[in-house]
Amino acid sequence: MIELRNVRKTYEARSGPVDVLRGVDLHVARGDKLGIVGRNGAGKSTLIRLISGIERQSSGTIEREMRISWPLAFTGAFQGALTGIDNIRFICRIYDREFEDVIGFVEEFSQLGRFLKEPVKIYSSGMRARLAFAVSLMIDFDCYLIDEVVSVGDARFQSKSHEELFVLRKDRAHILVSHDVYYLRDHCQRAAVLNNGKLHHFDDVEEALLFHQELMAQ
Amino acid sequence: MTNRAAVFRKRNPLTIQAQVIWALIIREIMTRYGRHNIGFLWLFVEPMLFTLGITTLWTIAGFHHGSNLPITAFALTGYSTVLLWRNMPTRCVGAIAPNSSLMYHRNVRVLDIFLSRIALEAIGATMSFVTLGLLFNFLGLMDMPENPLLVVQGWLLTAWFGGSLAMLLGSLSEKSELVEKLWHPAAYLLFPLSGAAYLVDALPPAAQSAALWLPMVNGVEMVRDGYFGSKIVAHYSVFYVASCNMVLTLFALALERAVSRDFVPE
Repeated sequence: MIELRNVRKTYEARSGPVDVLRGVDLHVARGDKLGIVGRNGAGKSTLIRLISGIERQSSGTIEREMRISWPLAFTGAFQGALTGIDNIRFICRIYDREFEDVIGFVEEFSQLGRFLKEPVKIYSSGMRARLAFAVSLMIDFDCYLIDEVVSVGDARFQSKSHEELFVLRKDRAHILVSHDVYYLRDHCQRAAVLNNGKLHHFDDVEEALLFHQELMAQ
Repeated sequence: MTNRAAVFRKRNPLTIQAQVIWALIIREIMTRYGRHNIGFLWLFVEPMLFTLGITTLWTIAGFHHGSNLPITAFALTGYSTVLLWRNMPTRCVGAIAPNSSLMYHRNVRVLDIFLSRIALEAIGATMSFVTLGLLFNFLGLMDMPENPLLVVQGWLLTAWFGGSLAMLLGSLSEKSELVEKLWHPAAYLLFPLSGAAYLVDALPPAAQSAALWLPMVNGVEMVRDGYFGSKIVAHYSVFYVASCNMVLTLFALALERAVSRDFVPE
């Protein structure tokens, strides 16, 4: 269960304070599939970052009764000077996983082969993304935060990612942020529209998309 | 990889923090020293080289410190404590930005980065101090401490001072770049004042009380009192150092909280 109550987030910018979220309420239960839409700059990523706990809200409460992933497409959490293996070990230590239990999966899934023993800084962006995705999957999260469509690697890798995330882990909660209407229709049971710092909830994805389109037309 | 539904269990926050700090320490060791040549041994070989260098210089120069202590013992106790309190702030100032991406892991906090770096410096300085103490003793250059417990106390108080100063300056450096610019000259200028190169008892009385305003002077005096108390007159106040440390820690934690609340990873 994730529960946000009257969550506000204000950033101090040089030109003055920016109110990104102005009182957001959200409830996500185990296994929920929630889509979040909103125009550019509406605060979708900020909301995802607050849910994951990367940043703290300015006011309001966030309760987390699930293991929540970091935003999935994120590839920055590696130390370039360290090898892929050492980075995996580090993340295992933080999340209390046994390295021996996960390395087989990461090797198989990331298809990085001997590059796992090389420093991450020599990886291409595609290799980095594959490692990041594999690492996100190796930790057993109850809720996956997916910021923008996961479009990493070739068709085969994408279908494997899809299988791992949406088929094998369909019992987990997913929170998706996307501009891709088809993606949201395929994967979400309900959706919410972020507009002017407020979150509008809809039980039906189509209704949410309709509302979003009306806002965009204004 | 199993596909069982993850069972949510709230882990003990202290266990999590200990695991995170341990992971950060290992990561820091790997990043700084890697697996090349002697690897993590540099952690204490580096401070040892500094101390050995200073000891050699002072011995050759026939440095006068106002007592009849062997110069080796004087240099080891003095320079080791300097390394202890000075390296912690140096490693914590500006420590957050390069580790910013780590904050993507919810359990990694600004405080953990400071604590892991402080712990690492403490381990390095302590191992260097102990190893050289044993080595010099073996070579007949200095005796074992007369009162080891007092040495430990002085050492811990100095480490606490360095750690709280490190957290304070580390947090402040997030607020202003001036901290980084000013800390290096300050650390450099504090060295001759820090008690590493003199005994308080050898100073004129007016200078004595002034010197004792510096917490690290009290610390090094304590360590020396423990090492060779019967040969010198040591001046220090445990109460004063502990009070300074307490105040520093309080401000450091408050600032760390403020910094951590506003922190935005890239």
